[in-house]
Amino acid sequence: MTDPAPPPAGAALRMELGPAQAAARAEFAAWVDAHVAPHAGAWDRAAATPREVIDRLAATGWLGAVVPREHGGAGMDWVTFGVLNEELGRGCSSLRSLLTVHSMAAHAVLRWGSRAQKERWLGPFARGEAIGAFALSEPEVGSDASAVQTTATPDGDGYVLDGRKKWTTYGQIADVFLLFAKAEGKPVAFLVERGAPGLEVAPLGGITGTRASMLAELRLEGCRVPKEARVAGPGFGLAVAVATLEVGRYSVACGTAGLIRACLDASLDYAARRVQYGSAIGEHQLVQRMLAEMAAGWRAAHWLCMRAGWLRDAGDPAAAHETFVAKYAAATAATRAALDAVQIHGANGCSEAYPVERYLRDSRVMEIIEGSTQIQQVAIARAELESRAAHL
Amino acid sequence: MTEEEIRSRLRAFVERFMRGHDLQDAEDLFGTGYVNSMFAMQLVQFVESTFGVACESDDLEIDNFRSIDALTAFVQRKLGAPVA
Repeated sequence: MTDPAPPPAGAALRMELGPAQAAARAEFAAWVDAHVAPHAGAWDRAAATPREVIDRLAATGWLGAVVPREHGGAGMDWVTFGVLNEELGRGCSSLRSLLTVHSMAAHAVLRWGSRAQKERWLGPFARGEAIGAFALSEPEVGSDASAVQTTATPDGDGYVLDGRKKWTTYGQIADVFLLFAKAEGKPVAFLVERGAPGLEVAPLGGITGTRASMLAELRLEGCRVPKEARVAGPGFGLAVAVATLEVGRYSVACGTAGLIRACLDASLDYAARRVQYGSAIGEHQLVQRMLAEMAAGWRAAHWLCMRAGWLRDAGDPAAAHETFVAKYAAATAATRAALDAVQIHGANGCSEAYPVERYLRDSRVMEIIEGSTQIQQVAIARAELESRAAHL
Repeated sequence: MTEEEIRSRLRAFVERFMRGHDLQDAEDLFGTGYVNSMFAMQLVQFVESTFGVACESDDLEIDNFRSIDALTAFVQRKLGAPVA
């Protein structure tokens, strides 16, 4: 599936998918149209992703997207992974978020894990036999990851974890959590297995969007883990979190571009069909304005995501900043697109009979996770200021 | 690569973050207030790509990355060079 020569750092970027990437997109799109989009509303209403859906996704091998082939994964390049997120996000933001957190856990093990951790987890992650999740947020800790209150107390040849994690996506079903704590004041990352004594997983319900994403709260009380569960050394927890969040941010950005596409597709179909004042509402100029905004928003988000993917594939350090820009642009455009999609659908847009009210609720989530819009704005502005200052 | 070459490359990278601060070789980079949460990750990537070494799980102790002195010694160890 990997196209032969990703552009070297600094080379002019290709602005179209390679043939293998385009073929992958067609395969992802057909699968989403057949197995995801028609059912996403029902999963949302049930506030759960059925196990057979996850098993079917696992059978595609795409849960091993970021795992290299030598570890049994799909070994996708970042552009192809982005396209997968975009297509899944077009069908269902909840299921896309499973790919996000699972890929984050897999990437963290790959990038920062010990040899034993790689041997233990990468194969099962790639096959979808084990689901990984990301446990950073806490009741009192969101954007400021350095402030986690969960503690890891050294105890013999291991640690004892105490604290609470909140909003853990797919925490209800995850088999292992990439979990962040502080040991003697230093940030440390751990792989904590479901079933660890002292770990209680409580479902979190009643959320606005990505309702099928099976959120959980993790309660750690005297939860003992061996030293071998630590990912990288003491003090490196924040670096692990930041690098892992970059993967998550890219996945969310691409998934959000897909969400905009879903708003656009639904709105185009409805505007072509719905007749008022003797003509399809797509002929009404004020509706056209909303469609045009949505179409431009989708293209901007899509190409920013693809650019971030190409830069990641090229190993270009600018990828991190471009991913911030892509996620910010996609999330804010998704909010506008979803609001307009509901508006175009009128009263139908406020009904569960149409998917756009779900898109609106899901779009709200995208401006909050993996860096809120305000955090992104500050990060982008600072980086631009520094970049300008460096040129003066 | 000599110790001085390693040190000077590390210093050139780290100084980009220091906004003119007069960094000492033994100074705690994370205590300067000039680096953010991205820095440790960027530093690992820089060390790997510049010196062609793999920072594996056991290497990822923050004390290996804490100062120019510590980084220089770490890179020398990874390159198998005798520590001066």
